[in-house]
Amino acid sequence: MRVPILKQGNYLIASIQSALSDYELLQLRDDLAAQVGRFRSKGVIVDVTVLDIMDSFAVRTLRAIAQIARMRGSETVIVGIQPEVAFAMVQLGLALGEVETALDLEEGLALLELRTKQGGSRDSQS
Amino acid sequence: MDGKKRERETRTKNQDPEKRESSYESLTGPVIPESTAALLRELVSHLRENRTQLREEWARRITESQLLLAMTKEEIFKEATAVYDNYIAVLETGSVEALEAYARDLSERIIPRGVETREVLGIVLLLRDVLARSLFKKYQADFALLNRVLDAYEPAANRIANTVGVGFVQERERIIRQQQEAIRELSTPVLQVRERLLILPIIGVIDPQRARQLTEQLLRGIRANRAKVVVIDITGVPAVDSMVANHLVQTVDASRLMGATVIVTGLSSEIAQTLVTIGVDLTKMKTVGDLQGGIEEAERLLGYKVNMVTQSTDQIAAAK
Amino acid sequence: MTAKAEIHIPINSDSDIVTARQQGRALAQEMGFNGSDLTVISTAISEIARNIVEHAKSGEIILNAVNSPGTVNSPGKIGLVVIARDKGPGIADIALAMQDGYSTGKGLGVGLPGSRRLMDEFEITSAPGIGTTVTMKKWKR
Ligand SMILES: Nc1ncnc2c1ncn2[C@@H]1O[C@H](COP(=O)(O)OP(=O)(O)O)[C@@H](O)[C@H]1O
Ligand SMILES: [Mg+2]
Repeated sequence: MRVPILKQGNYLIASIQSALSDYELLQLRDDLAAQVGRFRSKGVIVDVTVLDIMDSFAVRTLRAIAQIARMRGSETVIVGIQPEVAFAMVQLGLALGEVETALDLEEGLALLELRTKQGGSRDSQS
Repeated sequence: MDGKKRERETRTKNQDPEKRESSYESLTGPVIPESTAALLRELVSHLRENRTQLREEWARRITESQLLLAMTKEEIFKEATAVYDNYIAVLETGSVEALEAYARDLSERIIPRGVETREVLGIVLLLRDVLARSLFKKYQADFALLNRVLDAYEPAANRIANTVGVGFVQERERIIRQQQEAIRELSTPVLQVRERLLILPIIGVIDPQRARQLTEQLLRGIRANRAKVVVIDITGVPAVDSMVANHLVQTVDASRLMGATVIVTGLSSEIAQTLVTIGVDLTKMKTVGDLQGGIEEAERLLGYKVNMVTQSTDQIAAAK
Repeated sequence: MTAKAEIHIPINSDSDIVTARQQGRALAQEMGFNGSDLTVISTAISEIARNIVEHAKSGEIILNAVNSPGTVNSPGKIGLVVIARDKGPGIADIALAMQDGYSTGKGLGVGLPGSRRLMDEFEITSAPGIGTTVTMKKWKR
């Protein structure tokens, strides 16, 4: 199944709906790469809430997504990694390196706002 | 699925007198002479015929021996009936599976009421004795036959006693382990001091099992409280060796994967130095001297988010 | 105690990796493993199955439940066994392959050492030109 990618303002949100095969992950990478270019997106969120595992291939692909997006001027945030998944990942020896993470979609959007508005407009926030 | 298949097989065996003895294989050894199977069958019908009387006799002896004092007479009789019927089933089918399951279930019910191992073994041995006596009475006229009946009965009876005893002990150990876990969980609470900020004050020795459990607890806490910053205070941990340190590093990494920043407090600079020399990578770990300082740092981190527009880019980067 | 039948999963392509780890999780769940162990087990299966696809093209994963019977002094324990075997090129230097970060391909090199960390028991035998067998166990806590 293809992962649906939603365009919201300056951001792209890919929300994974079910377990993905390697092929489907690569498809997601390519789809995101194409859309980041087309929409000149400022940020990408990959929502992995439903994934019950993240192995080395998933991590490798997510890192690649972040790299490709960065080359096109876009920040990537991975959101929704579950507690058990996070623990298994670190035991396996995986970290996301430079890739940003956030608790959930809401937090991810807040983080992107922070990253992309740095040095930008002074919205009044209290 | 397998369970059902097994059941069906057992039933077929029971209906087929020729194959029947093979179902005793697991009970008394590999080869059972037909005569033993026949004797056990006779035994089973004897136990069936005298069910009421033998059961009552057994329950009476239990009360007399002051066993299962925590239970009422009615309860004892009810359980005695169930054990008695399971007992017959074992003799008949040669399979202890049902008895095993019942023993576990029984143990689960009676352990919280303080029933002890000695009492459980006591009642099973009493039943063995009650049944042996009744066999004695029935066959006393024919000594040779009596001997053969007892020879067939004894290994089966021992196996049953063993099954119930082992089942009880295992269940008790499981409950003890569960209680230990619960106590541990209580002894290291994940505290929410303010919105989005958790504190995990660890006190006492950390072994691998506790370390894993602490991490799981913290990660669940991060999700449940939507925490952004966590302060782990290890002032109360007597020995911080490389195992503990590596585990802390894992916890920091896992928390970060969930979007939370960890601050470790209570790690003396001497110990930190030692850890680095033996190869623990502390660079990714944010450490602050004491808990108070850690909380202040955490609040600053959270404050950056709230007042972000007034902060410079450098400070935001430093906060990450 | 009930003896469960072995589950054999042929591994020929990347979608078989998903099947293998899902079946592993299902079996572990049926055996009563807790949530974080389910994730640990399926992660290790995913890595080892991927090694078959990536380095040996095809092979199989075998899942099995085992009992270590208890005595009055020590409780019995049940465990899940994962065997991955292939007739691929094999590994010339196992010690090297077990090192963190070592990969002959484009991988991150954490599959073998990481799976060993995730599971309770880990054994690998391999001979160049003959194939590779990885046997891993996780005991229920
Ligand atoms: N089933 C296998 N057949 C042949 N070689 C293997 C197999 N599994 C692992 N290897 C070798 O061991 C190395 C390390 O494996 P691993 O730790 O999983 O890292 P990665 O798969 O990312 O390279 C691989 O690069 C490969 O050379
Ligand atoms: Mg690998």
